[in-house]
Amino acid sequence: MTAQIFLQIVASGLLMGLIYALIAVGLSLIFGLMDVVNFAHGEFMMLAMYAVFGAVVIIGIDPLMAMPLAVAALFVVGATAYLGVVQHAMRAKANIGMVQIFATFGLAVLIRGVSQFLFTSDYRNVPAERNLLGGKTIELGGVFLPLPQLVGAGISVLAFVGLWLLITRTDFGKALEATREDAGAVALVGIDKNRVFTLGWGLGASLVGLAGAILAIFYYIHPDVAAPFALIAYVTVALGGFGSVFGALVAGIMVGLAEALTATILPPALKSVGIYALYLGVLFIRPKGLFGSL
Amino acid sequence: MASQALSAPLAATTAAHDGRRRRELIAFAILLAAFAVLPHLVKDVYAQNVIVLTLMYAALSQSWNILGGYCGQISLGHALYFGTGAYATSLLYTKFGVIPWFGMIVGGVIAAAIALVLGYQLFRLAGHYFAIATIVIAEAGLLLVHNWDWAGAATGIQWPFVPDSWLTFQFGRDKLPYIYFALGLFAATWLVTFAIEGSRWGYWWRAVKDNADAAESLGVKIFKSKMAAAAVSAFFTAVGGAFYACFVQYIDPDSVMAFKFSLLMALPAVLGGIGTLWGPVVGAVILIPLMETTSSYLGGTGRGIDLIVYGLLVMVVALARPEGIVSLFSRRKAPKA
Repeated sequence: MTAQIFLQIVASGLLMGLIYALIAVGLSLIFGLMDVVNFAHGEFMMLAMYAVFGAVVIIGIDPLMAMPLAVAALFVVGATAYLGVVQHAMRAKANIGMVQIFATFGLAVLIRGVSQFLFTSDYRNVPAERNLLGGKTIELGGVFLPLPQLVGAGISVLAFVGLWLLITRTDFGKALEATREDAGAVALVGIDKNRVFTLGWGLGASLVGLAGAILAIFYYIHPDVAAPFALIAYVTVALGGFGSVFGALVAGIMVGLAEALTATILPPALKSVGIYALYLGVLFIRPKGLFGSL
Repeated sequence: MASQALSAPLAATTAAHDGRRRRELIAFAILLAAFAVLPHLVKDVYAQNVIVLTLMYAALSQSWNILGGYCGQISLGHALYFGTGAYATSLLYTKFGVIPWFGMIVGGVIAAAIALVLGYQLFRLAGHYFAIATIVIAEAGLLLVHNWDWAGAATGIQWPFVPDSWLTFQFGRDKLPYIYFALGLFAATWLVTFAIEGSRWGYWWRAVKDNADAAESLGVKIFKSKMAAAAVSAFFTAVGGAFYACFVQYIDPDSVMAFKFSLLMALPAVLGGIGTLWGPVVGAVILIPLMETTSSYLGGTGRGIDLIVYGLLVMVVALARPEGIVSLFSRRKAPKA
């Protein structure tokens, strides 16, 4: 393996890995907050991709400009999903784990059905003439860096920094941390648990919405587009440790690198093998993931 | 020694308990008779197809329930075992001419062996980690079969057309043999579950599910009982997969190993009542005909209306009836022992 190929693998893996981390972190955040695995996480991402597509086609702006719109729309989607479905699932008196899985899974199928109804199952791409970054690649010392992934990875880093500041420096962050420590006790100090959960779902959905908005720049858009990404997100979260934001970041990068490496060694169809092997290998040594405490 | 202490509740079975078990057997016999007669009343080929699938999913869900319901280990990767059965049978038949009856057993044994190997590693994982690991392993299996040229890769395996025969379990137009086999498979899984409910294993599994730590402190061999549940569950799931291959006579990776099969096996149990004897069959009888009709009447539009109905249904059932539909009928829930 020449240094050139090695650098290319590291660069591609790192860029995609940062995007995978951004897809996964919302899932991990919600889990950490309330022990719920959201099986509609990928569908949230798909909705954001359509939001970007709609903004580009209808308003006529560049997908980069549409990102804030997608993030805001997904905040509403996440908060609504909590208030409309998850809140009720958490009140179940029996089989609570099962109820959460199947309530959010039913929501996922519903969202996919509604998307197919509204947007049809045509494959769509953001129109090239309105896509500033689309298809562009820069070369740095023989290493090729696709511009959309490069910008996307940069946005992901900024989002992680922002998230870290939000959790450590704001009142909402403190309420979030307190609620994840002990949801029962926070009520005693005047924190409205339900409000924190609602905002938490909004935040988690916004983060995956941002990731979807990035993907929309360089990936096709379809009601079923999210399935492979959702699987990667579950692997990333389990690998990093459920509930750990830092774990999602590290695991996302590892997953990206593993995928890039496998895609170089094995036929492209088998590129996920490396991800699965990495995940299972780590899980057998550390059943709770790299940074999992729960 | 500890296991003897645990069999104490068995010895103390009351007359009421025996009576309930007897009534369940009678209800089961009536159900079997009804299903045996049904295809003679309903001659429509489409409807008979739905009956086959309903019975098949009742059997699959009953198998899933042994691990997921009784043992509380939520597997979302049973498509792996379903596919193992379907592929083992199809490969043995098309490549080596081994009759499906033998292939079914081989598939079941292979699946049980896989379940034991996986269980050895996975049962250390808690809750969501376990569920996600099962999804990933099933997806990895799907990916490998997709790229397994000898097994037809993505194109799959077409069974040869042969004259109708019980030996090769091939019937071109006649659905009755399939209905009776599916009924037999369902009966087998129900009886195994029934036997388990009354056995020491049944008490162990319920104890593991209710409170694993307490059960362990009382001497329940948690790990061993989970392994046994996994093997039994995987065996019957694979036999179901083998049957499905005989029934459709053409398989490809996505038609037997896709994630949706893992869910379709769990859903009837969830709908009917997890960890109950009657939950899977009640769930299958409601869910499968409903899904088949919505997908054939509404799915053809390609506009996702069948998905909307299906998604709403799953969501509403999970939220409205967490204990499942059978809880509506039972005056008393299963003993909390």
